[in-house]
Amino acid sequence: MQPQKLTPPEIHAILSTEFGDAISALDAAEPMPSITIVDKAQWPSIAYLMREDPRLKFNYMACHSGVDYNDAAGTLGTVQNLESLGIHGHKMAIKIKCTKAENEIPSVAEVWRTADWHEREAYDLFGIVFTGHPDLRRILCPEDWEGFPLRKDYKVQEMYHGIKVPY
Amino acid sequence: MTKNISDGVETLPLPQLDEEERAAKRKEIYAALEDRDVTVQPATDDNGDPLENSMVLNMGPQHPATHGVLRVVLKLDGETVERAVPELGYLHRSMEKLAENKTFHEFMPYTDRLDYMSPYSNNTALCLAVEKLCGITAPPRATYIRTIACEIARISSHLLWMGTMVMDAGAITVFLYTFQEREKIYDVFDMLTGARFTVSHCRVGGVASDISEECANYIKDWLKVFKKKLAEWRGLLDRNRIWIERVEGVAVISKEDAIGIGFSGPNLRGSGVDFDLRRDVPYMAYQNFEFNVPVYENGDCLARYFVRLEEMAESVRIIEQALKQLPKGDVRVDDAKQSFPWKHEVYHSMEGLIHDFMMTDTGLQPPAGTEIYHAIEAPKGELGFFIQSDGTGHPWRLKIRSPSFCSLQALPHLTEGGMIADVVVAIGSIDPVMGEADK
Repeated sequence: MQPQKLTPPEIHAILSTEFGDAISALDAAEPMPSITIVDKAQWPSIAYLMREDPRLKFNYMACHSGVDYNDAAGTLGTVQNLESLGIHGHKMAIKIKCTKAENEIPSVAEVWRTADWHEREAYDLFGIVFTGHPDLRRILCPEDWEGFPLRKDYKVQEMYHGIKVPY
Repeated sequence: MTKNISDGVETLPLPQLDEEERAAKRKEIYAALEDRDVTVQPATDDNGDPLENSMVLNMGPQHPATHGVLRVVLKLDGETVERAVPELGYLHRSMEKLAENKTFHEFMPYTDRLDYMSPYSNNTALCLAVEKLCGITAPPRATYIRTIACEIARISSHLLWMGTMVMDAGAITVFLYTFQEREKIYDVFDMLTGARFTVSHCRVGGVASDISEECANYIKDWLKVFKKKLAEWRGLLDRNRIWIERVEGVAVISKEDAIGIGFSGPNLRGSGVDFDLRRDVPYMAYQNFEFNVPVYENGDCLARYFVRLEEMAESVRIIEQALKQLPKGDVRVDDAKQSFPWKHEVYHSMEGLIHDFMMTDTGLQPPAGTEIYHAIEAPKGELGFFIQSDGTGHPWRLKIRSPSFCSLQALPHLTEGGMIADVVVAIGSIDPVMGEADK
């Protein structure tokens, strides 16, 4: 396969012909152009296309971070930095948003195995539930920890197993 | 008359327990061991006999071969690993939460404690991400000093890996040799940065202090010795039959799996993926140097060993070229809005003092709403920082993409179906550091 590095608008064009309104317009802001997935239910199929399409071949998930936007609606989200490593060499960031009340995002651990632990981390620290994840448990905090520490409105619990937590 | 061997020896009476009672006693013991932190428990206890069932073994969190506080729960059938489940979090220090309440410079000492084998790389990764976010360009001399220090950190990290990995496989000698050289590296860092271990020498927009003539000469002299030593160690191990039989063909991972699971750095190159951020996405001064990227196809522990050993030799080449090309000039941006002012300005002028105060108190303020993911080739792999800014001096969100976190995910893939003794080698070969895996 000949490596062909695509620009962000070209990547966006390929995705929007396939999925239409499921994805937002391209946010071309440097240094990290991004696309937001509007229709979350489509995300696993978009992810699969991004990995398998010969023009895209995003085979590597470099980073996956949960984010708390802390607005009135209580928006949470994830930012996923994808990369076509060793094939085309292009990069793209994908954003998916949800709210604290409806905190579900479909999992892509089947598509990129890296996402497995990264999604567990986002669940652990932000309380985003990744539906379809094979083993969604806390990963960094203890299993019986209360609350989601990286949310902006997080208040630390008073006692943990008889130990006073706030210092 | 033959004498019975047991004559005159008082034998202890055999325990008079019938089978039922014995099984009940066993169950009692196992019930007591039901606590999740015990070391051994039978997985399926129909009759409670550990010899006839698969067994669950807790490896770690305190195990000398887990390189920190990694816990791996293993399900064993005899000596074969049926399932391996790594458990993290024993060294979780909430780095990302801490970062949200600190300026970028305040956060730098924390990055030292991420991958504590190579603090300089972590400092640099943070600084480069922040510089790219704010549009600051460090002066050439500073980038060269960073490059030199990062490569020395890489050698330091690989040396520790080599020592402990070979020790995991059963040879202690090499560990002592590599630690002798790491001691020299600590001396280099002492001269360059003023601290031996947790350096915090990088600054946004440059570095804290210039490299001295004495230090440059010390590095040059040390490199000559180091090259000889490296060849000596390779003589010890490269064709050592015991070593090769211990690691060859163990913990194999294919190219596709390695990419999919998020391997990076030497681990990825050990699986035959020709990718190195230093060469393919050049940052700092790497585009000015000639160096090879060693790639091995086998994807086993031995391949990862060769990759790391050859990388050390390449690092030596890079440092030599960098010292030769070292440009003259400032080591920090001369703009008080972007970087700390010089110390003499702080002590002798009011403006300098104000700038120093503002930089310390308020910190750098990247434009609101900007985001960045920037990664560098740290010794363990791709170390990236994802930063979201809300326009204040503190990052709104700072995510650390640590290579160890991603490579540890591969542990079940590497160990399942293998022998329990190979788990130790598999953990050693992917070179995890819990400081950055747990954050």
